[in-house]
Amino acid sequence: MHILGKLTWDAVPFDQPVAMVGAAVVIIVVVGVAALVLAKGYLPYLWREWITSVDHKRIGIMYCILALLMLARAFIDALMMRAQQAVAFHAPGYLPPEHFDQIFSAHGTLMIFFVAMPFVIGLMNFAVPLQLGVRDVAFPTLNSVSFWLTATGALLVNLSLVAGEFSRTGWLPYPPLSELAYSPDVGVDYYCWAIEISGIGTLITGINFVTTILKTRAPGMHYTRMPMFCWTSLASCLLIVAAFPILTATLAMLLLDRYAGFHFFTDTAGGNSMLFMNLIWAWGHLEVYILILPAFGVYSEVVSTFAAKPLFGYRSMVIATMAICLISFMVWLHHFFTMGAGGDVNAAFGIASMIIAIPTGVKIFNWMFTMYGGRVRFTSAMLWAIGFMVSFVIGGLTGVMLAMPTADFELHNSLFLVAHFHNVIITGVIFGVFAGYSYWFPKAFGFVLDETLGKWAFWLWFIGFWVAWGPGYALGLEGMTRRLQRYDVAEWRPLLLLAAVGVLIMLAGILVQLLQLAVSIRTRAQRRDLTGDPWNGRNLEWAVASPPPHFNFAVLPQVNNQEPYWDMKQRAIDSGHLQTPEPHYEPIVMPRNSATGFVCAVFATVTGFALIWHIWWLVLLGLAGAYATFVVFAWRDVQEHIIPADEVARLDRANRAARSQALSRMRADELVVHE
Amino acid sequence: MSSPSSALRAGSDPYHLGHHNEWIGTEPEYTGARSGGPAPKRIVVGYGFWIFILSDVIMFSVLFASYAVLAGNRAGGLGPRDLFDLRDTAAETALLLLSSFMCGMASLAVAWRNQLWTQITLFITGLLGAGFLALEAREFTHLVSIGAGPTRSAFLSAFFTLVGCHGIHVTVGLLWLGTMMAQLLTKGFRENIRHRFLCFTLFWHALDIIWVGIFSLVYLIGTILP
Repeated sequence: MHILGKLTWDAVPFDQPVAMVGAAVVIIVVVGVAALVLAKGYLPYLWREWITSVDHKRIGIMYCILALLMLARAFIDALMMRAQQAVAFHAPGYLPPEHFDQIFSAHGTLMIFFVAMPFVIGLMNFAVPLQLGVRDVAFPTLNSVSFWLTATGALLVNLSLVAGEFSRTGWLPYPPLSELAYSPDVGVDYYCWAIEISGIGTLITGINFVTTILKTRAPGMHYTRMPMFCWTSLASCLLIVAAFPILTATLAMLLLDRYAGFHFFTDTAGGNSMLFMNLIWAWGHLEVYILILPAFGVYSEVVSTFAAKPLFGYRSMVIATMAICLISFMVWLHHFFTMGAGGDVNAAFGIASMIIAIPTGVKIFNWMFTMYGGRVRFTSAMLWAIGFMVSFVIGGLTGVMLAMPTADFELHNSLFLVAHFHNVIITGVIFGVFAGYSYWFPKAFGFVLDETLGKWAFWLWFIGFWVAWGPGYALGLEGMTRRLQRYDVAEWRPLLLLAAVGVLIMLAGILVQLLQLAVSIRTRAQRRDLTGDPWNGRNLEWAVASPPPHFNFAVLPQVNNQEPYWDMKQRAIDSGHLQTPEPHYEPIVMPRNSATGFVCAVFATVTGFALIWHIWWLVLLGLAGAYATFVVFAWRDVQEHIIPADEVARLDRANRAARSQALSRMRADELVVHE
Repeated sequence: MSSPSSALRAGSDPYHLGHHNEWIGTEPEYTGARSGGPAPKRIVVGYGFWIFILSDVIMFSVLFASYAVLAGNRAGGLGPRDLFDLRDTAAETALLLLSSFMCGMASLAVAWRNQLWTQITLFITGLLGAGFLALEAREFTHLVSIGAGPTRSAFLSAFFTLVGCHGIHVTVGLLWLGTMMAQLLTKGFRENIRHRFLCFTLFWHALDIIWVGIFSLVYLIGTILP
């Protein structure tokens, strides 16, 4: 047997120009970034402050950066697909079918697993401990392991550009197409191992945040005083804990079919491919709520902050969130009504799917009533939230249409369906994480993003989305099925050209966002957030400096109501006591940095790559390395470091001084208003 | 006797959980379940590990469900009644349950801070677990040798995966057990080592629960029902 398993020079796509450009770009970017880091001497800083950091804020920021990088890659895939369909009328276009199939598979896989997931989890990482008023998550080192395993998955997907090919079976590897008989190359293996490895990371995140939210909150923070983003993160992480083991087991069964000749989904020797559909959607439907619930949390924070009102119907919002969390377990079959489970089964799942629209509707009304009568500030974060409310209602209603089995038999696998899920994922999840990005950016980096460019980005994305996917609904009703590499129906042509224009408008939106970032960084001196509270916020994350000190809170805050920081500010303004008496500072114990996560990810990458290419000795080496890493980690004697009390006092006094100045300004404003 | 108010001071143990408050200082003590501030580390670690166990149980439930769906699909091959020998399964069960019992003994030895008995009981725990694995390996090789390997039919694929996954868990548990014994020996009964030991015992007992499910649903029902 070959020492490198199935890996030979044939794996590099020398004969396919488009694929070769992709491979070259990956290599140039990776080598270029590595060279820049080494040449400028950034490596020690990056290693010390980021790579080995177990600080939830740093890990959250790294998650968001990973998501933005993968967004760039996956958006290029989207551009290529729209371009192909724009030119492939009665023509082969520029992408051969086997390449086009890889592109739509990679686009979906990246967007769900390596854009939406890391962005949502990144925001959770950054904001949840701050909102809970604590100093870190329950298991900081495991948090770093989570991030680096997610990064491993992303790396493996992109490695498929250079060595071998990616899956051609869509973003979910439906058997029997994904079985060895029909997909003999390494594409599906790349998919499966990348998702298995990053899925373990996600599961650890779920466990970590459920424990953090349920067991570590600031004194006085009852469940009914938790910020809405914490509630939705809790619901999302409960779903992660329930759903990701299903994904792990299902893909493991598919891998056993492919690697060891088992018969789970082969449709031969008693195997049953519909078992796969049931299992994958038992995970997959929870996954969409894992993504959207935290986005709902972001909107709740943003709307109440910029309407300057408490969230309307807090308790109904909590109930709606947990109702969605529960009902989402009972709807998975609506992804394959056409399986033929019979009218009774289809009706039950159809009704359950329609019922889930009710708590979502409750949320929409709550956000609208929060805005009603408020002094609404139309910042870019607020624009993303309003754009979401308008668009998501349409996406939700087309979802209810799809939930009717009779209609679904017509719409199944058409572009109507594709338009529906782009509608809910882009205008729901992606708008949500962008709202969170501009809302929490000043907290993370100490300066606000340029608002004018932010608003431009919103309008370009919003208009671009509807120009790109509005026609999708019409195309679906005209009978266009998804994933067409070429077509010969003249009526579809103008709408597909329009969709291509739409995606270009969205591209402009992304470019404006890059410009916004560049401009804001260059002019950061003028846009410093000195008070730590740039938006006149309501929850505890705004009670600390921007960026927050490593330990977040010098003294854990005492929570007395639902909006602790708003309450503190109001009491200070009303009483005129702008400064509470200085607390007694104590030394703070924080977890030490650890390279465990990074080293684990290195071994996970090696193991994953070796498994994909059947290099068995390297698999054993990788697994032994991962075990050794954990033993080394378990053996360390000093796990924490102590920040001395006078250092804590020094940092906190500066923050307190800036804050009382801001409060006195606010008090003066308020007196003017009252006069 | 201490007065009720002094029993609620920081560092006390009003619920007799056997731990002392680690958040000494400004933070009020315990729970996290209500609103008294972050829970102590022992609670956080144990709670997190329980959630991990729940997720692991869900993974097994997927394998159980797949087995249930595919158990009848034998592709003309042999079925449970022809393949399973309940005497072997009874021996496996006995070994695993005794192993769990010894693990419980080890918990007591750790509670008494007795290194010798900790090592002895853990060693027996591991020995019994290894015996279980040996029996399982014998069963698997026997099945493969008579042409009833996992590639023969969907039923056998699901059987080998479900039971094998439990076997892999026991194997990983043994690796953990060895590491744990070495840690207890070199580091003593340090607090974080005891937290890890708590997690290990939870893991080891959870494997029993899974095995009871496998024993009942796969072996017992498989050999009783036609």
